[in-house]
Amino acid sequence: MPAPHSTTPAAPQGAAGEAPPVIALRHLTKRFGGATALDDVALTIEHGEVHGLLGENGSGKSTLIKVLAGYHAPEPGAELEVNGRPVRLPLAPNQFRELGLCFVHQDLGLIGDLTVLENLRIGELAASRSLRIRWSRERRAARETFERYGFDLDPDAIVNEIPETDRALLAIVRAVEEMRATLAHDERGLLVLDEPTVFLPREGVQRLFALVRDIVARDASVLFVSHDLDEVREITDRVTVLRDGRVHATVVTAEATEAELVELIIGRSLAAFEHTAPERPSGDTTLAVRDLAGRTVDGVGFEAHRGEIVGLTGIIGSGFDEVPYLLFGARPCRAGELVVGGRSHPLPLMTPRDALAARMALLPANRQVDGSVGTLSVAENAMLQVLDRYRPAALRLRRLRSDAAALLDRFDVRPRDPDAEYASLSGGNQQKVLLAKWLQTEPQVLLLHEPTQGVDIGAREQIFTLLRDEAQRGTTIVCASSDHEQLAAVCDRVLVFGRGRIARELTGADVTKTRIAEAALNSSAGTASITTDTEE
Amino acid sequence: MSARVAVQRYALVGAWIAVIVLFCVLRPDTFATTSNVQNILGSQAVLLVLTLGLLLPLTTGDFDLSIASVLSLSSMVLALLNGEQGWALLPAMGVALAAGLAVGVFNGACVVLLGLDSFIVTLGSGTFVAGVVTWISDSRTVTGLSPQLSEWVINNRILGVSLIFYYGLALVIALWYVLTYTAVGRRLLFVGRGRSVARLSGLRVGPLRWSALAGSAFIAALAGILYAGTTGGADPSSGQSFLLPAFAAAFLGATAVTPGRFNAWGAFIAVYFLVTGITGLQLLGVDNFVQQLFYGGALVLAVALSQIVRRRAAGREAVAA
Repeated sequence: MPAPHSTTPAAPQGAAGEAPPVIALRHLTKRFGGATALDDVALTIEHGEVHGLLGENGSGKSTLIKVLAGYHAPEPGAELEVNGRPVRLPLAPNQFRELGLCFVHQDLGLIGDLTVLENLRIGELAASRSLRIRWSRERRAARETFERYGFDLDPDAIVNEIPETDRALLAIVRAVEEMRATLAHDERGLLVLDEPTVFLPREGVQRLFALVRDIVARDASVLFVSHDLDEVREITDRVTVLRDGRVHATVVTAEATEAELVELIIGRSLAAFEHTAPERPSGDTTLAVRDLAGRTVDGVGFEAHRGEIVGLTGIIGSGFDEVPYLLFGARPCRAGELVVGGRSHPLPLMTPRDALAARMALLPANRQVDGSVGTLSVAENAMLQVLDRYRPAALRLRRLRSDAAALLDRFDVRPRDPDAEYASLSGGNQQKVLLAKWLQTEPQVLLLHEPTQGVDIGAREQIFTLLRDEAQRGTTIVCASSDHEQLAAVCDRVLVFGRGRIARELTGADVTKTRIAEAALNSSAGTASITTDTEE
Repeated sequence: MSARVAVQRYALVGAWIAVIVLFCVLRPDTFATTSNVQNILGSQAVLLVLTLGLLLPLTTGDFDLSIASVLSLSSMVLALLNGEQGWALLPAMGVALAAGLAVGVFNGACVVLLGLDSFIVTLGSGTFVAGVVTWISDSRTVTGLSPQLSEWVINNRILGVSLIFYYGLALVIALWYVLTYTAVGRRLLFVGRGRSVARLSGLRVGPLRWSALAGSAFIAALAGILYAGTTGGADPSSGQSFLLPAFAAAFLGATAVTPGRFNAWGAFIAVYFLVTGITGLQLLGVDNFVQQLFYGGALVLAVALSQIVRRRAAGREAVAA
């Protein structure tokens, strides 16, 4: 195994020859207020290379990409060379285009209602000064382009109606075509793929990789950002691993085993500080899920006991994050059955109203859109579920307001002003208001998705305490989260998802940040999927 | 309440008072008279009622562009049944209200069941209904309404002001009560501000939007009956002129009393602010087109003001964060 902090190992042999690196970045530091997001980062991407960028959430990957896109200005002292020529930092917005960089993000940036051809030519059409668009010529050119990349796509198809894989290919081809237009004949560009495979089926990933190899052979080097170690090992030549804003290592992919990569990503140093979860409570089963199938998850089943906090996790695209919404009837569900409080509910027919009747509650990750109305007051948001207790035909407004104030007090929401506009609260206080909103309904099952996202550290601890107290009272809590530290802090048991199934179950002493992270990274690779007992 | 909030809440009332004072000074002999006040209050109560109905779908986040046509429909049905067919007043009024309600139920069905945009649906149904009104009336003005209706709408007065004003006032109070003091009012508000939140909180989003559209059509039909009462008959086209003023008043009203929310007292103040301004200008001898200038300008101004208020609030949060 290569030593951490090793200097850049040799570039891949072959096509590269003597050409300078496409990107050479040195001494890149970026601070946000007091926090250091990137610390003296160096990254070299050679001619003809697919370079992987790995790291946990918050390790600095997105900040690095945003510096290249000219979105963040790094601290002075950073150096960047593109194709051997020094470039001044910070980059101006859109300067990346002239330099031959292009980006394809997870959301692909396509306009779904327009045709393939319109999407392909959108940049050109926006800049073109000619009055007339010759669609027949454009259409022919588009066909030729697709042919050159070895696939067949109808230029007149509506983007929303073509398969997910074709959409990803279209986005990549568009980016590369726009990049080629700005580069001289012998110059190489850089294609940054930011988690492009997350929603693709297996076969789609293979097609995408074929396209990537094609592009690397002809036009550009590729920076490939992913959590999926299998894919990283398959497509990349070298990998740079970021941890806590530093380059922890740059290794040649073929020389590192999967286990070594996992270790590079998560490290071992934190293990000593972690809390050990208590043994699984042996209360009654309050919740049983069978054969759940949604967008990604398929055939998932698990049980949860009274007073138990069950964590769901996995890498992006593993499907863990849709489970709370499927159980609550908030998203279309293909199949599945939910037994809660002794009653069985067929999940494809479930609605949020049914879920509420079954005494379930959901705290969605997107607080602003799904959880609250920011322009209404804190009290109005907090008391929505309990209006019927206040004489609904002639609301006791004064009591409603004073009870809301008492509730804010109990949940330590600041400011303690029930009339404050909800959006004016900090993230942590917003989340506490939503917890107050739902916990006063005394739910039997509490479903959470990323409950401490955008929450400051102090409020985070308070929320952990609130959740543990709630479980103590007998509530069953299901918490889907990609924050492994948080899962380790509150969960009795963690189910790790991989490729739409439950791949691992961690209990007892295994519920630590490191073990969870390790399991999540490994889960995409493992073919063996352990299903938990649903018939116990 | 901070001074800024108070200013925001009652700026429109202040503007109204300023307009009144201005015209009292300019035209003391015609504007500042009891009969003019009585006239202003009574003459535009139809607009007030129509505006109040519109508040319901606006609160749930939907548009209703068919209200003016529904007003025409109900007044025409009433005039035809009572004035020409010789029906008694009450059953004719019942049919007029039912016809209006039917349009609202149809609008709601398209919006809720088919998921269509309310703006487009009510634009279409409004135009369709306007066509129906012209058709059933043969494009003529229908008269001969029972004088009893006019008695109960404009001829009977309290303190010299026609009864219609008090009907409008009663509806203001009713709507203010529903939107402020009932759980349903709160739920309508959540449906309009955050559909996803409302759905995930177990509110019946579809039925609530549907009832708001049905409610606005029903109240528009009520306004149609009052309109027929004030004119003693019905004509197929004049009702359309209420559409824009109703929107202007609703949006302008949303900048007052409880700024940022469509509210009944705000709508009341907005309607009479607009009407006072127009009446004053007419007394100055300005041409009739000033109505359109005033209403159109007020609508754009109201929307602009509410945007500015919202941006200021957002700016403050950004600084605070």
